[in-house]
Amino acid sequence: MIEMNNISKAFSGNQVLKNVQFEITKGEIHALMGENGAGKSTLMKILTGIYSRDTGEIRVNGNPVVFKNPKEAEQAGIAVIHQELNILPDLTVCENLFLGREKTYGKTGFLKTSQMKKEAKAALKELGLDMDVDTPASQLSVGKQQIIEIAKALSTNAEVIIMDEPTAALTDREITTLFEMIGKLKTKGVSFVYISHRMEEIFAICDRITILRDGSYISTERISETSFERVVQLMVGRELGERFPERNAVIGKEKLVVSGLSRKGHFEDISFTVHAGEVVGFAGLMGAGRTEVVQTLFGYCHHNAGTIKLDGKNITIRNPREAIRHGIGFVSEDRKSEGLITDFTVAENMSLPNLGRLSSSGIMRKEKEDSLVADMIERLHIRTSGGSQQVKSLSGGNQQKVVIAKWLGIDPQVLILDEPTRGVDVGAKKEIYSIMNSLAERGVAIILVSSELPEIIGLADRVLVLHEGKLKANIEKQDMTQERIMHYATGGDQIA
Amino acid sequence: MLKTGSQSILQKLGPIIGLLVIIVIISIMSPSFLSLNNILNVLRQVSINALIAFGMTFIILTGGIDLSVGSILALTGAVTAGLMASGVDPILAMLIGLVLGAILGAINGLIIAKGKVAPFIATLATMTIYRGLTLVYTEGRPISGLGDSMAFQMLGKGYLLGIPVPVVTMAISFIVLYFILKKTTFGRRVYAVGGNEEASILSGINANRVKVYVYALTGLLAALASLILTSRLNSAQPTAGNMFELDAIAAVVLGGTSLTGGRGWIVGTLIGALIIGVLNNGLNLIGVSSFFQQVVKGAVILLAVLLDRKKTA
Repeated sequence: MIEMNNISKAFSGNQVLKNVQFEITKGEIHALMGENGAGKSTLMKILTGIYSRDTGEIRVNGNPVVFKNPKEAEQAGIAVIHQELNILPDLTVCENLFLGREKTYGKTGFLKTSQMKKEAKAALKELGLDMDVDTPASQLSVGKQQIIEIAKALSTNAEVIIMDEPTAALTDREITTLFEMIGKLKTKGVSFVYISHRMEEIFAICDRITILRDGSYISTERISETSFERVVQLMVGRELGERFPERNAVIGKEKLVVSGLSRKGHFEDISFTVHAGEVVGFAGLMGAGRTEVVQTLFGYCHHNAGTIKLDGKNITIRNPREAIRHGIGFVSEDRKSEGLITDFTVAENMSLPNLGRLSSSGIMRKEKEDSLVADMIERLHIRTSGGSQQVKSLSGGNQQKVVIAKWLGIDPQVLILDEPTRGVDVGAKKEIYSIMNSLAERGVAIILVSSELPEIIGLADRVLVLHEGKLKANIEKQDMTQERIMHYATGGDQIA
Repeated sequence: MLKTGSQSILQKLGPIIGLLVIIVIISIMSPSFLSLNNILNVLRQVSINALIAFGMTFIILTGGIDLSVGSILALTGAVTAGLMASGVDPILAMLIGLVLGAILGAINGLIIAKGKVAPFIATLATMTIYRGLTLVYTEGRPISGLGDSMAFQMLGKGYLLGIPVPVVTMAISFIVLYFILKKTTFGRRVYAVGGNEEASILSGINANRVKVYVYALTGLLAALASLILTSRLNSAQPTAGNMFELDAIAAVVLGGTSLTGGRGWIVGTLIGALIIGVLNNGLNLIGVSSFFQQVVKGAVILLAVLLDRKKTA
């Protein structure tokens, strides 16, 4: 039904897709898998007309097509349901369903309200949702909002629905409902592209799976003829050993001891210890509370209960300033909105947490700033024309190194890294891993939050698994496997 | 070292070129414009707006705005004049006026930082409150009979080495504020908060404190402008400073500072204030009616912003 052949795409010289192929048949559920940065979302954005392709062709029902924008893809029957739902919370269910294509009396602009309500109700009933369509969307659970998005897609006569991590924010019961609905629509001939990191789900509902790695097409397999292990191996594509540099940090004494840390509605009773020179991984699904826990440690969120000890002494952290004073650094998840000031230069960004040390009586000491910046650029191999380059003109990997440099400046005792390699190319990833290792060798206690399990397994000495705000497991290096981590992350009970 | 955002040299030169073009046109149409006397006159007229606009630059760099500057000017002027008229030592009265300005500004900052009220709304409210307090205090009448204190009279009407004292005040303020923005940690924090508040807080910057400081600074500068104005008029008017906030914002914008914060420079603001001052003076000299002058001023502001947009695009 849809064929994509030899699709290539480069962004400012960075090749993100290389001759990728992808195919969907009628009534098929086709999984698209790959690590972050493998090119899944770029491929889907090309399919839906958000990006143009450099080479290759797309055929819908055998006819070559070029979608110049998402509207054209929609008209060809391709709909996307993003991870971030496209629901306007203040509008009613009915208004959301007909958003942008309201039924009117001719060109008068007057709405055929009662007709739309009737149709909305019927459409939702079809999907097994019998509800009052005058309810504001904000009152619905995420699961129901998702069903409204699907209904919206179907009402535009979508034949292919692309779902990006649809279950990330759903409860188990909602997931079951969603899968039943997908199954029903499949029998009616609707096809799905299912993007997910959750292997179990893919094996439960998909017919075929296509795997991408580093922008290249690897394989398309029938689910019935492949295995969990094979898929992981195809995704990762190499021995873990070569991806992660050798570590020889010596694990020292207790550095950071957190007991009973709780934040109402986000996580509760989190206790753990990080030793000097140790890398502790935090794993869990989206919404498990990993980011909230580390943000709280850094004082960016408040906690209701719990104590934090550093080097055996109780400390209070009410805001990031206090955390920094105690020698805690935080490489946050979102580089652009939290890590960098994009209008600033490389040097200005690096200086930001260090202004106190780089000045005397409030006046900046240029020579101190210059020497810190030069030192960091060299130490982290940052590819830049110099400290005065605008940080936004650097590549993702180098931007991330600038963020790390900010924190090396404070000479941290504890460094928290939240998804440090997101959107970073493979080469820079390895360099970031090396930086982490050398910090650990110097006795820095490192907390690594990552959604990429291979990264956690390759780097961490121990992994803590969170599920719905609770600490589920503390797995030692020798026992770490993706399966075991996923077992706990999805809420599984203790394995004896 | 501090690169003011992504502005290129050409963009920075824009306001200067604009100012020169306006000066050339006006001096062709009215040669008396370039006389030393008139130039000093223009500078003196500019000084009041420039002082307020300097403060406004700090606020706009943090991504804020202050509509209450005109009301702060009126209230501090009235209080200072009231104290002087009732026999308080003039120097003390002026100091009280300056401190009051800083306090009124700090109140704006606290409402915005701690109360999380949008700067536009917060200062819209305090603009009305401060103006109302001025009217209450003065009972709606001008305050005169301010005595003949040398220091006070000099502030608005005096000369230093042939240069009007208000111009000297403006020049010194400019140099100090330029230094603060460019060379101090505070200046760096002002840019940082406006560039990305979240990233600044996560880098250990107390964004709330930075905000309170910039509004307090602006209040102080509005009070300083108020002293100059009161001295020049030898009285405090309850309606003084009406609409001054617009000229100050216009000067900042003409100087190329971005209203979304994080990008801009105070040199541009000085040029922006000069553009407005030169237009006011020049259009008078050419004989443009005061009604039509407003149309020209508005058009120049619009043109400047449109040209700036084009360069950035």
